[in-house]
Amino acid sequence: MQTLGDPPTPNTLWFSSEPRLISCGSVVGPKEGAGPLGDHFDHVCSDERLGERSWEQAERRLLMAAIDHCLVRAKLKPEDVQVLLAGDLMDQIVTSGYAARHHNAPFFGLYGACSTFSEALLLGSVLVDGGYRKTALCATASHHNAAERQFRAPTEFGAQRPPLSQWTVTGAGACLLGAEPVVKDEPCIVVESGTIGRVVDYDVADPYDLGSAMAPAAADTVLAHLRDVQRSPEYYDLILTGDLGRVGRDLALELAGGQGVQVDGERWQDGGVLIYDRSQNVRAGGSGCACSACVFCGYVWRLMRSRNLRRVLVVATGALLSPLISKQGESIPAVAHAVSFKLV
Amino acid sequence: MKAGPRESRAYQRLHAKYRPQTPLLRNVTVAFLVGGTICAFGQLVYDFYLGLGFTPAEAAGPLAGTMIFLGAFLTGLGVYDWIGDFGGMGAALPITGFANAIVAPAMESKREGLVQGLGTKMFEVAGPVLVYGLTVSFVVGAVRYIIRAY
Repeated sequence: MQTLGDPPTPNTLWFSSEPRLISCGSVVGPKEGAGPLGDHFDHVCSDERLGERSWEQAERRLLMAAIDHCLVRAKLKPEDVQVLLAGDLMDQIVTSGYAARHHNAPFFGLYGACSTFSEALLLGSVLVDGGYRKTALCATASHHNAAERQFRAPTEFGAQRPPLSQWTVTGAGACLLGAEPVVKDEPCIVVESGTIGRVVDYDVADPYDLGSAMAPAAADTVLAHLRDVQRSPEYYDLILTGDLGRVGRDLALELAGGQGVQVDGERWQDGGVLIYDRSQNVRAGGSGCACSACVFCGYVWRLMRSRNLRRVLVVATGALLSPLISKQGESIPAVAHAVSFKLV
Repeated sequence: MKAGPRESRAYQRLHAKYRPQTPLLRNVTVAFLVGGTICAFGQLVYDFYLGLGFTPAEAAGPLAGTMIFLGAFLTGLGVYDWIGDFGGMGAALPITGFANAIVAPAMESKREGLVQGLGTKMFEVAGPVLVYGLTVSFVVGAVRYIIRAY
């Protein structure tokens, strides 16, 4: 019998050269801009469609805008990016692939559903820490209407969403990792370690209940990380899961507690809970691979730079389902990857 | 890692503790009010056509047409999804809801072209209703025909 947080091998990578987090960029839609974190994003779009002809094109525009904000802040040009790692929720990750054709950087398209953000950060850190690349740009995007259309029903279709359902975040976030600090006189944030998550399936089959499907994966990765680095949860000022929502976060806390690791609710926050207010009619909270990206690149990054947070563990969580396979009645496997940031 | 039957049952028990309850009383009440309002409005439209001199049988056609138009129009304005999320089955069951189920995918698929987009995806949501509605009406009609023949 296997237990949560006890994978047979240590899955944590230490980045001894400590890749720097040089810059972040975040762009969100109007609903996210009206939420509690609205003031922290680089840009809030007033129109969900961003003047484009389809939701898919709007999502691509979001991703490109987040990358631009990130590079402008770092005072770098697109040519300075030595590798681009990006992902999204669309079939064949077209948002990332099509956005990447406007860049000359070599490109890895990633899919880990909503865990893609920390997957990109983890792989970017590996490339920089290994000395293979001097800079790595990690970005993800999602769009509520594009995701609804692909995973659920057409956006204008009047179905009642159940209380467990979550609202896909419209937005994009981008992080630039580098081998050396480029921005002078700034607080220096580094990637210290990262834990590769394993796929966990606890027999949740309801495609509206993704928070509950992902909670065991989140707990597994957090517990495995703490085990590998031999720390207590108190070491971190913030453990930020990606998009578990209200139900999933409570379940993850309970699962971690069941393995003897008590984390208080203030320390373990969830992007899906933070990004929207309860009054915004989002049921259990936000989701999507922009959820963790926007909350980190907008809100958490600013808190770290202003030295209000010193050690942060980002654990983006992804439900690895497709509409087709869930109609065939299979349960939903989930994965979570953890990336540990430190202010030095 | 796939949870064994014991862990998965334990997780289901934990899940039941945190799962938000569907507000059944609220949903049923709101569905009754929203559905009732749509039907009462339909009655007004019906009376309007009767006032124009249509017989009850004749008025059914323009009544359905008017309600379908309204459902489609409100979908186009981006209002019906909100009514549906608020009113649940009360908004889905009347003919306006059926119009919404056809117009919503049609609107969104327009970008993929009139044939491969709109034409293909138009019945994405309403298709099963048509398939099984037509099948059942055929079966019921056949049963009725057989009973009347003997």
